[in-house]
Amino acid sequence: MHLTPDEEAMLAGEAGTPVKWALDYQLAVGEFFGAERFVPVRSAHAHCDGEALGEAGVRFLEQLADQGALTRVPLTLDPRSTDFSCALDIGQDESITDRERRIIAAMTRMGALPTNTCINYQTVDVPHGGEHLAWGDTGTVIYANSIAGARSNFEGGPAALAAALTGRVPEYGFHLDRHRYGTVEVELATQPADSSDWGAVGCLVGRRFPGYWEVPVLHGAEDNPSPDELKQLGAALASYGSHAMFHMVGLTPQARTLDEAFGGAGPRERLVIDEAALREAYQSFVPESDTADIVVFGTPQLSLFELRELAERFRGSQVQSTVYATTSASVLSSAQEFGYAQTLRESGVRVLSGVCFYLMTARDLARRNKFRTLVTNSSKLANIISGYGYNPVFRRTELCVEAAISGRIRE
Amino acid sequence: MTELNGAPGFGDEVLAVALVSGDAFSARYDLDHVTGVVSRESHDLYGRTIAGKILVVPSAKGGTATGWRLLDLTSRGLAPAGLLLRKTNPVLVQGAVFAGIPIMHELNPDPVTSIRSGQSIRMRPREGRVELLELS
Repeated sequence: MHLTPDEEAMLAGEAGTPVKWALDYQLAVGEFFGAERFVPVRSAHAHCDGEALGEAGVRFLEQLADQGALTRVPLTLDPRSTDFSCALDIGQDESITDRERRIIAAMTRMGALPTNTCINYQTVDVPHGGEHLAWGDTGTVIYANSIAGARSNFEGGPAALAAALTGRVPEYGFHLDRHRYGTVEVELATQPADSSDWGAVGCLVGRRFPGYWEVPVLHGAEDNPSPDELKQLGAALASYGSHAMFHMVGLTPQARTLDEAFGGAGPRERLVIDEAALREAYQSFVPESDTADIVVFGTPQLSLFELRELAERFRGSQVQSTVYATTSASVLSSAQEFGYAQTLRESGVRVLSGVCFYLMTARDLARRNKFRTLVTNSSKLANIISGYGYNPVFRRTELCVEAAISGRIRE
Repeated sequence: MTELNGAPGFGDEVLAVALVSGDAFSARYDLDHVTGVVSRESHDLYGRTIAGKILVVPSAKGGTATGWRLLDLTSRGLAPAGLLLRKTNPVLVQGAVFAGIPIMHELNPDPVTSIRSGQSIRMRPREGRVELLELS
């Protein structure tokens, strides 16, 4: 890779040990992907929950902080594995909360903002076109690339942190124009009616065309989807397909026409999603029993609009299942001010802040609380959670609310 | 002796037994991180341990957790000895480099179809070369 004099100095250790580690590390990754140079980033977003880090990862962060590491660009953080306000009540133990506190302390010493959100793009750090970012959490990356026209690869926690310390990333993948054109075409022959339907679309497209370097181009939507629907679509594409970018003709900035989305070339393959296909996405998740052990809303964290919608659906009811709704601290603060959180709590819904369910030591929670069948309107959560020993049941929001209230899954 | 050739990868030379899967891999989605055993019931390696093996998979799956997880697995002796992919995403490379695990992709012929589980293989990442030895 070509290095500027500044970067040569970092590599020589002139900016301190942490920066030398960071640039060395970025250089190795950049060379793997054939990057020719570094490009500056405006912000970094690091995923760093305690379950992923383990003791080795936490010690690494503490050592970097002890060495005086300091961020050069804003660094925000993805959700934690625990909500400190109720960790012990829901069956987590102090080893989990202690680890999260150590992570936040080390990250904060380095200059990070402990936002603990995976919807930074809807709240604390809205991306814009043309800028380079070093974001982790795949849902944030696909939103920034696709909806905003910003440029980021999936940056794992150490990579996002390294970028925050050097203020740059190696230029490969979605930083380059040539990887940002469509590769496959997806026609919507049916109209998604619920945000979970957009998650189902992402599930079908991701399963059919898996791979980081695929860029699906969607068309055929009659109505303009809401930001929350696009959030579900992006999160599902990233989860099932490992996709980092999609186009939607007439909506996303690099897709005014189908032709523009493909950069003049044609699609390699084509998929039509009709009503039957959409139904099949839900039916591929088969409940083992009709009892909903737990119902989860979130993944990605809920917006204020979604919390308001849930509050309206639950108002006046009492849930029979364990029910979690996950969001960020800033959204929860508004939801409390506007009364939505209170309404949900009165119905027995636990509103959790700063977390996402699958990060919450889900295997231990299952064992301690006898969770097996999990009902959710998030296709991303349904995908991930089966690796944690759950029987995931992905359903439309209305059916999830009904299951939460009755404790039973209606087919 | 058959060889696979391609672009230079990351890491030191390593000789180990291959564990081949037709399914994509994520250290979050598919693995019980406490035991290092594949815990996704629908994965074709369900119940197998990846520790000490050269894991051969078509692609990397899902999210960013693998970026941290491989170091944690390494610290507890549960990490794979190497990673061979048809085509990888950045996160698995970031995780492998962070943990010091050799990783390669884009090789010819395709590692997933030309390597069998149980076969001893030697990765030479700097040379962009993988040697398939006799079945062990």
